[in-house]
Amino acid sequence: MTQLQAASSTASDQTADVPTDASTAVRTRGLTKRFRSGQVAVDGIDLAVPRGAVYGFLGPNGSGKTTTIRMLLGLVRPTSGQAWLLDEPMPDAAPAVLPRVGALVEGPGFHPYLTGRANLARLDAADATADPRTATRRASTALERVGLLAAEHKPFRQYSLGMKQRLGLAAALMRPRDLLVLDEPTNGLDPQGTREVRLLIRELAQAGTTVLVSSHLLGEIEQVCTHLGIMSRGRLLLQGERSVLDSRGTTTVQVTVTHGHAASAVGVLRVLGLDVTAEGPVLTADLGPIDPPRIPAALVHAGIEVTGFEVRRPSLEQVFVELTGEGFDVAR
Amino acid sequence: MSLVEAVPSRASSYWRLQRSELRLVLGRRRNLVLLVGLALVPLLLGLVLFFTQDTALSGQGPAFLSRVTGNGLFLVVASVFLCLPFLLPLTIGIASGDAIAGEAAAGTLRYLLTVPVGRSRLLLVKAVGALVFAAAAVASIAVVGLVAGAALFGVRDVTLLSGDTVPLAAGALRVLAVVVYVGLSLTGLVAVGLFFSTLTEVPVGAMAATVVVAIVSGVLDTIPSLHAIQPGLLTHHWLDFAEFLRLEPSWSVIGGGLAVQAAWVAIFGALAWSRFTTADVTS
Repeated sequence: MTQLQAASSTASDQTADVPTDASTAVRTRGLTKRFRSGQVAVDGIDLAVPRGAVYGFLGPNGSGKTTTIRMLLGLVRPTSGQAWLLDEPMPDAAPAVLPRVGALVEGPGFHPYLTGRANLARLDAADATADPRTATRRASTALERVGLLAAEHKPFRQYSLGMKQRLGLAAALMRPRDLLVLDEPTNGLDPQGTREVRLLIRELAQAGTTVLVSSHLLGEIEQVCTHLGIMSRGRLLLQGERSVLDSRGTTTVQVTVTHGHAASAVGVLRVLGLDVTAEGPVLTADLGPIDPPRIPAALVHAGIEVTGFEVRRPSLEQVFVELTGEGFDVAR
Repeated sequence: MSLVEAVPSRASSYWRLQRSELRLVLGRRRNLVLLVGLALVPLLLGLVLFFTQDTALSGQGPAFLSRVTGNGLFLVVASVFLCLPFLLPLTIGIASGDAIAGEAAAGTLRYLLTVPVGRSRLLLVKAVGALVFAAAAVASIAVVGLVAGAALFGVRDVTLLSGDTVPLAAGALRVLAVVVYVGLSLTGLVAVGLFFSTLTEVPVGAMAATVVVAIVSGVLDTIPSLHAIQPGLLTHHWLDFAEFLRLEPSWSVIGGGLAVQAAWVAIFGALAWSRFTTADVTS
């Protein structure tokens, strides 16, 4: 519990580090949603997504990510607190700001009996700011981008889960966007599809689009994110640049030496101040403040043959477990 | 890009969405089946009356029914009369109950709202869509009734309920007035269905509730002790279309019937609006 409090106070410190006058793509202050059932789905969170960032919005199922996203997009009214998209207050500025925002919220939603293309046309017809003369071309471009052009004339209900997800992405890409809000974009996709979504996100970010991408699967999007925010039980536990994580959690080293050298190697590492556990020729220890290159150097200096050396950065999973004392897969 | 993206005007963007909505409503197979089903009523009724006209069965049933064999125009009136208690409310219930709840159930509501479409505009587009479908339902009965009636029995000068006869053109105009009045009589139910549709994510629930309202209203209308409230009931004035078949239609009766519909539209339209523009969309 003390660990958790420490973590959340640091998290708010990091929020304070973001200058308040800086231009953010997404910002919230004390955003809270209490449903009529009394359940507090989102509990006073302060999000800050800098422009140009790929912000990984992580948390187990039921941690409040989707409700937060619904509040950002004006679908759900906050109980208290405020939200800004592209520096415009939501939901008041929705008509002006949402055309610049592409969104995928809690899975794709389309008319099952309309074709993929007809569904895109339907959404485009609803967009008061879209030019109808370019609608067909924009739909083609979006469909091609997600690899659905071949299936554009199939009714939506015949699509596989992955194709449905792609159509949702295509809808978000119908127009050039300054911000993409993608809620669980890799849901239902096979590993190949997941990879493609990662590539797409990277490509969009390189073109200058800010991406807020949520997931309950840590490994999936961790790799593309420049920033991370971790939610649990309605609270934002941690947020900041991707590198913040490296200072969190415990980095370990693993050294493999030749047989017969294990005992002397343990001695050398102890001298360096490491708390070593040995399993045959494999030694592991928490890194602590030691500069990693010193370790093999010291071993070689002592005449020990090193056959393997690895520095293990903390995984998101580890950090999460250390923050909450729970596994990442806990539902509420 | 050489082609400058032009932002359409408010009106043209409204009509773009309205056209899309009408295509959605009128292009949907379920809705087309409904329209075809309603169109079968005058056809079947006409055929039944045609083949029984020289038997002992002829001349039985309500007044409009017995006149059909004498004048095909009355097939329109008789068909509308037969569809009013249940088939038309069912059709209206399906069209209006599906309006918002159907989008919520398909998951398309959240995407429409984040496009973004203003909630008031979306509700208006949905209301117009449901009203157009209601009009199409009445029109399909009327058109098939007219064609079948003319083909089976021919059309001639119209003998009114009073026994007076008016020329064919004037008679046809009166039948058209009957159809328009029936169409307008359904607007209150459309508003009720639209309101139910904003309450739920389960379209079938909204549809059923709408049909139940029409049926309950019809039942309450038959209970003598409820005399005081009956003039305000949704269905109380539905059969007043018969006014157009009197020599001197009572405009106060017709106006009263339409005023009751207008009141239901105003009340349930306002309820639907206040609900839909403030509701959390969690579907």
